[in-house]
Amino acid sequence: MNRYNEISSVMKRDLRSFFNSPIAYIVITVFLSFTGFFFFKDFFYINQAEMRNLFTLLPLMFCFFIPAVTMKLFAEERQTGSLEILLTLPVSARDAVIGKFLAGLIFSMGMVSPTLIYLLTVILNGSPDYGPVIGGYFGVVFLAGAYTAIGLLASSITRNQIVAFILGWAGCFLFWLIDKVVIFIPSSLGFIATLGTDYHFQSIARGIIDTRDVIYFLSIIAISLILTAKIAEERR
Amino acid sequence: MITVKGLTRSYGDFRAVDDISFTINEGEITGLLGPNGAGKTTTLRMLSGYLKPDSGSIVFDGIDAAADPIQIKKMIGYLPESAPLYSDMMVFDYLCYVAELRAIENAANRIREIASLCRIQEVMHKNISELSKGYKQRVGLAHAMIHDPKVLILDEPTSGLDPIEIIEIRNLIRELGKKKTVILSTHILPEVEATCGKVIIINRGKIVADDATSKLQSSAGRDRNIIIRVSGTGFDGLDSMLKSIHGVSNVAKIDDSELTSAIATVSGVTDVRADIFRAVCSSGWVMYEMKQEHTSLENIFRELTTGGQNEQV
Repeated sequence: MNRYNEISSVMKRDLRSFFNSPIAYIVITVFLSFTGFFFFKDFFYINQAEMRNLFTLLPLMFCFFIPAVTMKLFAEERQTGSLEILLTLPVSARDAVIGKFLAGLIFSMGMVSPTLIYLLTVILNGSPDYGPVIGGYFGVVFLAGAYTAIGLLASSITRNQIVAFILGWAGCFLFWLIDKVVIFIPSSLGFIATLGTDYHFQSIARGIIDTRDVIYFLSIIAISLILTAKIAEERR
Repeated sequence: MITVKGLTRSYGDFRAVDDISFTINEGEITGLLGPNGAGKTTTLRMLSGYLKPDSGSIVFDGIDAAADPIQIKKMIGYLPESAPLYSDMMVFDYLCYVAELRAIENAANRIREIASLCRIQEVMHKNISELSKGYKQRVGLAHAMIHDPKVLILDEPTSGLDPIEIIEIRNLIRELGKKKTVILSTHILPEVEATCGKVIIINRGKIVADDATSKLQSSAGRDRNIIIRVSGTGFDGLDSMLKSIHGVSNVAKIDDSELTSAIATVSGVTDVRADIFRAVCSSGWVMYEMKQEHTSLENIFRELTTGGQNEQV
């Protein structure tokens, strides 16, 4: 059995379908305008050859933009009825979910990749420390992966793309927020800060790749995808 | 080929399909007939593997559908109601996608073949969203048949089509039915009479009839009406003559012309029209009209689905 073939077919179809709709172009344009503005607003003023500014910004940006990418993946198929076609083709719900996840992740990477031009600007104007830059982009892959998985889960429970977007945003935002509220709770409960995506992302973005951070992101991805597959299997 | 036992599925409190069992033989076109909301689509969705039954079993060719769903999905081609294909794709791209997912060898050739069989060559490079209903349905058929499946499951394949398209699709299905096992659902009676060798009538989630189309038709036609118009006698004469013929159970008067007219209800299988004709001749009357009304599946369908409250139309 060649599962790779089925996963890649689903992935390619969904990737292509992103670019058939205007949403993809709108999301990319708005994303780049926002990050571009906020990155360069203080860049020359601070006068530091570093990308940290971008990596502080991305976790919150992703909360809005990644659910906007993933919202259609399942909700649209439910709405139009094509889910019935997809799930009666010889592909398991699990493989369909993996294919869609990869499509969403690759699209998000495509959305982030133009920020490498910012890096070029940094290199042209100074000599950055490459450790945090490489770590930052490494972390971006995991962060985008976790948010894509959460967004996909949100998309799988509804037929309405707007509801999928709002649920996805709420889920991602909650994970972003967790380590920010730690000052309001007793210090004995301080460990819940470690549940936050930003907490782990900033740790990777410092240039230290710790297996705990990697495992954290992989767990979020795995749990969300398993739940999504379960929902796709049961709720029809 | 397909054996279904005790299939049940509920949506909340509503039992859409209630403990149905049937068998479908290889190389047969079976029509699943019933009024809207009878449970046809739910039944087909369970056969296709899209919905899981609450209880009951479906066995294809000795393979249990619950045990090996992927194997079953490879064996069947399924066209859901109103063909919900990916509307943002081109027909050709869509068929390539399905061929790829189904791991079809020599896909380009196969797509060409299926396109000419379903006669969609001229729309191959159009977006699915731009197609007319008829073309969309045909692309759906192409999608369902691209891997040359043993079993074809079609949910209302002719709904929303114009009369010419309906005839074309029916011919296509009849053609396919010579080599494949086809199950189609419909709420249109003539469709079953025109295409299906076997019919399963379903109402409120239960099977109310399951037989060969021809058998159902002849059992429906056991009581039939003959309209007779003669001149040269009054109704009483015609009445007593008809009642003397063996097989006529009732005679009713028709008052719609100067001719003496009556409806004779005949039960039994013997054709009494010859007897009537001879009796009219020997009495010296003139026969203007004699017409046997063809009772179709319509009567049996109405009887079965309305619980015997047979309204006269």
